[in-house]
Amino acid sequence: MSSFAAAVARPFKAVHWYLKEVMGENAYVHYLEHYERRHGTREGAMCEREFWRGLIDEQETSPKARCC
Amino acid sequence: MSVEFVKTDESLPPVGVIERPRWTPGKIVLWVAIAAVAAVGWVMVAVVRGENLSASWFVAAAVGSYLIAFRFYAKFIEWKICRPDLKRATPAEINENGRDFTPTDRRVVFGHHFAAISGAGPLVGPILATQMGYLPGTLWIILGVILAGAVQDYMVLYFSTRRNGRSLGQMARDELGSVGGFIASLGILLIMIILIAVLGVVIINALAESPWGVFSIAMTIPIAVFMGIYMRYIRPGKVIETSVIGIALLVLAIVAGGWVNANPAMAEMFHLSKTTLAWSLMIYGFFAAVLPVWVLLAPRDYLSTFMKIGTIVLLAVGIIIVNPTVQMPAVTPFASNSEGPAFAGSLFPFLFITIACGALSGFHALVSSGTTPKLLEKESQARLVGYGGMLMESFVAIMALVAAICLDKGIYFAMNAAEPLTGGTAEGAADFINANPFMETQTTAAELAAAGEAVGEGSIVSRTGGAPTLAMGMAHILHQVPGFGGQSAMSFWYHFAVMFEALFILTTIDAGTRVARFMFSDWMGNFWPKFRDPSWNIGAWVSTIVMVGAWGSILLMGVTDPLGGINTLFPLFGISNQLLAAIALAVVFALVCKIGKARYAWIPGIPLAWDLAVTMTASWQKIFSSDPKLGYWAQHSAYKQALAAGETSLGTTEGVDAMRAVVRNTFIQGTLSIVFASLVLMVVVMTIAVSIKSIRTGPMETTEAAFVPTKLFAPAGLIATKAEREVEAQWEEYRREHGLAPAGAVGVSAKEKAAKDHGASGTGSGSHADPKEK
Repeated sequence: MSSFAAAVARPFKAVHWYLKEVMGENAYVHYLEHYERRHGTREGAMCEREFWRGLIDEQETSPKARCC
Repeated sequence: MSVEFVKTDESLPPVGVIERPRWTPGKIVLWVAIAAVAAVGWVMVAVVRGENLSASWFVAAAVGSYLIAFRFYAKFIEWKICRPDLKRATPAEINENGRDFTPTDRRVVFGHHFAAISGAGPLVGPILATQMGYLPGTLWIILGVILAGAVQDYMVLYFSTRRNGRSLGQMARDELGSVGGFIASLGILLIMIILIAVLGVVIINALAESPWGVFSIAMTIPIAVFMGIYMRYIRPGKVIETSVIGIALLVLAIVAGGWVNANPAMAEMFHLSKTTLAWSLMIYGFFAAVLPVWVLLAPRDYLSTFMKIGTIVLLAVGIIIVNPTVQMPAVTPFASNSEGPAFAGSLFPFLFITIACGALSGFHALVSSGTTPKLLEKESQARLVGYGGMLMESFVAIMALVAAICLDKGIYFAMNAAEPLTGGTAEGAADFINANPFMETQTTAAELAAAGEAVGEGSIVSRTGGAPTLAMGMAHILHQVPGFGGQSAMSFWYHFAVMFEALFILTTIDAGTRVARFMFSDWMGNFWPKFRDPSWNIGAWVSTIVMVGAWGSILLMGVTDPLGGINTLFPLFGISNQLLAAIALAVVFALVCKIGKARYAWIPGIPLAWDLAVTMTASWQKIFSSDPKLGYWAQHSAYKQALAAGETSLGTTEGVDAMRAVVRNTFIQGTLSIVFASLVLMVVVMTIAVSIKSIRTGPMETTEAAFVPTKLFAPAGLIATKAEREVEAQWEEYRREHGLAPAGAVGVSAKEKAAKDHGASGTGSGSHADPKEK
């Protein structure tokens, strides 16, 4: 039964994962992973609020082109 | 099947898999079946035609052709020119900074890339082209994307990835010299201004005299600001949650628009003229470009991305379930005469100008260089993202075409004939259509009035620009989907469609104005270095005002044009977009010659030659044609002479002021045509010079970034092969053994594992305690 439930949940999980990735919701998680790979620890990484501010404020000076 | 594993470091699992698949009977059967589906689709659409042609044949022809092109032609380009190096690290891996340079799962990059290249363009062009019948548009959208558009996007993406994600302007400078680079950059800036202006005209034509539309679009501003505040102060990083709230508010705004429309006092308040809307759009554009991005730009972008995915799925589902019947003939007389109401000019070259996005769009080169290369994990994924992403956009264009060709012909022509032709009334439109021998249809004022009534608009006559017609077509299809509300929901779906088109266009205007502002201040920095300092507010405001003024003046010209505006401006939009494609293809062509692959230069050469033939013929006709309907200067002098002779009207233009406006507008349009065409010709001449030189002297000094061995593995195609999955498993095993976090944005299983191992909350309550928060 549980394997059946898992099989049903799988596509929903995949869609949820995909939406989160494409919309950029996982950016902070990826930042932490990146930070850990580089520094070997998550000590000293930006907190979530700080990270999101920085991420959005960065677009201030480097806007992404959006096509027609 | 032979499989070879590629390694860059003996202590690491493989970084690449080279597979030489054999043709098994199963595979042969599969591809023969795909080819058969495509062939049957084409036969039904192009040969059988028939009275009751259904939309599903278009889907069959398109999807079948895309699959074959992706599997065979894109693969051929990969083998002969691109030859992705599995050992080579991409800019994303080398410069990984957890921000713009991030190795990202290929399927996610595909989504990002698609969201960045698609917008209102592929939705509008095919609608206007429908006046020539469905067949020319269908052929160009499908064949054009396969041989031109997807080739451009793929090759620009590939070359930019090899060059550390350099932008198109920078690559032009590297390959064609500083003069070529400067001309290309100037061309890019001018073209961007035109694009914004024409998209502005499109959206204003959909909103003018429509209190419902104006109210719901106006509401998107407070909704975006609310989302901005929510994401900054209340729930940082909750992108999906915020977007879902935004969409819910958006739907509420559409519904509320109906209430506003029903209330005479409120309706009067939101009943705005085109000029008022144009000024509002300029003021909005200025603030969007100078306000902090979190207030307006970032939340609107999230909303727009979410809507893009949602509406495309919605339209696809609608077309498949409803499977509407085509009303438009395969080819109408407007394909061979220049009398079409939506835009002037004959099939060649103007069909290929009108349908730009969806078949070949130069603007995409700005995304394929500079933005997307910073996310790719492997060079081998450029085919999926660049070529595949453009195929997807082409499919959107086909769906828009289907929405238009399934509309009643009378309604289609009534909506797309400019006001001077219809007089703006249902009676006038019916008379105009019934008297026109080329439209080959009869309609009545009552029918047209009822169509407007059904979608909650006072009138649908002369709602030019393509967006309202698409909205009508979508409403026509979606209201038939079981459970989507039936006839009474027509007006909701119409305004839903207007809303998302407006949203896409406003996103383009926001971002485009900001990009143009930075290009301008960068250029000003040559003379006045302080302009390059982004924190200097006066410089930012001045640059923004100049850029908004530039597109704003063309926008005002377009919406007040006595001849209808969109039918004269849209060709300029198409020409400029296709000229940008010429610049991109020229740079790619020069690169192919310079890396010693001149034998295969025909791959970008065919679309380049075709694109030049189209744009130069169109420019030539727009500049030199003696037919005042077609040539800007012929029209210019016709009106000038009439004014000099003391006349007070000419054709459908009444009054001296209106005639003076035509003289002024045609002067600007004619001048812009000359400037664009000359800039591009200069770039092409430089390309030819560089290419000939490199063919004579052999491969020239490379502009590629230095080789850095990769330490990443990722599958190349959409679906990982068996061998690729094995290697992925080896990497997972390796990371588990060494206690490493997964690299970049990886798949579901690795992500969950990472969350478990490190306690990072991607989906949780947001109460994640960061080490730094002591």
